[in-house]
Amino acid sequence: MSNGVRLKLEAVEKRFGKHHVLQKVSVDVRPGKFIAVVGQSGGGKSTLLRLIAGLDSPSHGSVLVDNRVVTGIRPDTRVVFQEPRLLPWQSVIQNVQLGLPRSKRPVAHDALQWVGLEQKANEWPSVLSGGQKQRVALARALVWNPNLLLLDEPLGALDALTRLEMQRLIEQLWLAQGFTAVLVTHDIGEAVTLADRVVVLEQGSITLDVPVDLERPRRRDARFHAIESYILDHVLGGPPEKELVLQGG
Amino acid sequence: MKLRRQAGNGRKLVSAAIPVLVIVLWQVLGAFGLIASSVLPTPLQVVQAGVHLAVTGTLWSALSVSAGRAFLGFAIGGGVGFVLGLLNGVFRWAETVFDATLQMVRTIPHLALIPLVILWFGIGEEAKVILVALGVLFPVYLNTFHGIKSVDPGLIEMGKVYGLNTLSLYLKVILPGALSSVLVGVRYGLGVMWTTLIVAETIASNTGIGYLAMNAREFMQMDVVVLSILLYALLGTLSDVMARTLEKKWLRWHPQFQVSAAEPA
Repeated sequence: MSNGVRLKLEAVEKRFGKHHVLQKVSVDVRPGKFIAVVGQSGGGKSTLLRLIAGLDSPSHGSVLVDNRVVTGIRPDTRVVFQEPRLLPWQSVIQNVQLGLPRSKRPVAHDALQWVGLEQKANEWPSVLSGGQKQRVALARALVWNPNLLLLDEPLGALDALTRLEMQRLIEQLWLAQGFTAVLVTHDIGEAVTLADRVVVLEQGSITLDVPVDLERPRRRDARFHAIESYILDHVLGGPPEKELVLQGG
Repeated sequence: MKLRRQAGNGRKLVSAAIPVLVIVLWQVLGAFGLIASSVLPTPLQVVQAGVHLAVTGTLWSALSVSAGRAFLGFAIGGGVGFVLGLLNGVFRWAETVFDATLQMVRTIPHLALIPLVILWFGIGEEAKVILVALGVLFPVYLNTFHGIKSVDPGLIEMGKVYGLNTLSLYLKVILPGALSSVLVGVRYGLGVMWTTLIVAETIASNTGIGYLAMNAREFMQMDVVVLSILLYALLGTLSDVMARTLEKKWLRWHPQFQVSAAEPA
């Protein structure tokens, strides 16, 4: 019953002027899987997501969704941004209905129900809390029944408790709908909580690719922490220049 | 709720105390001859003059002529300013072509053009409508342009991702985003509209409130002169109320305009 698409990156490169943001990034994600991309700021994570979303095109290589090259924004790919990006002059329900054909607008109420905000349908976004706004943004993406959901640090601006709640919600919705998900985050714990596979992106290249084979919902047990610290050690161990600087100091 | 309303009414009463006191004092001083009516007529005399002019119909024709000029000029100047602001805000090429020229023209005070406009168009309707239009054009242009330029690019990107075509991107994201700034331009433009009209009508006119005042000056009818000033004040207040009503209606979503938990209709 998988709704997901197969996502394949083939030697994707992205340059801005002389600056190489991504270098020969290749990943193959099976339909319906949840992959997390972690790494420090400026490592090219967001650029990678923009390429997958079709908001930008690679300098070399190609992004393939179900074996077809992505050339622009696809109606079955939806993005949740770090900021909720709700239209403040539209009510919550109108925000969820944004761009939907008239016949599908009633579904927006269901989508709000999925994220537990059906009673806020007629409020202005300005009265919602940060977590609620991000849940509306999630509903706005899911109402399209996407085959590929891209999450660009969607929980980065939320407090710790709200973040845990939102992680659970995202996992439940992903399990229910079966889309392929790509999560960009700098929070390794979040990546291990949500993803089937965690990829570390450093200075534009993938330096680590770890499967996370734990049962869901994930518990923060010893195996969880083992994976988390394995990735963390790798990230902190990082590129050799850094070690040299440390030794020199 | 009721208590709060009563408190609000009480505050309004207190706010009205000084104006009411001034009018009463003015009337009393005038009635006892402490202020000569050739210097300043009493409020009652002004009201009487108003009633007289209303009965003869002069008042209404002057009012409608002035208001007509003001709003025709506003519609033309505001319309042109809005369209130019929209064009330059949306299309980079239009900004390159027009903006520098508009900024240069803007530095000319439009009231300085009065002699030129009179020479060109005489003291007919065109002259005053053109002056008002020129005065209104720039505040509306600048605020529309700025409003569109300052729409959050993140929202525009989101709109594209969510499949909005160019038209609905403008209707749903860019124009509403610019609206509060446009309305600032409209309110400012309304102020400019009245001052321009007053100056233009006072200098060169044979109809309208300004003419009423200047004509009364010739015959030393102080009550009509004061009445004309009050009429301008009334019209100015009226247009400001209109602009504020529009703000309240169109910016309901804005936290600044939400009295309590507002519910969109």
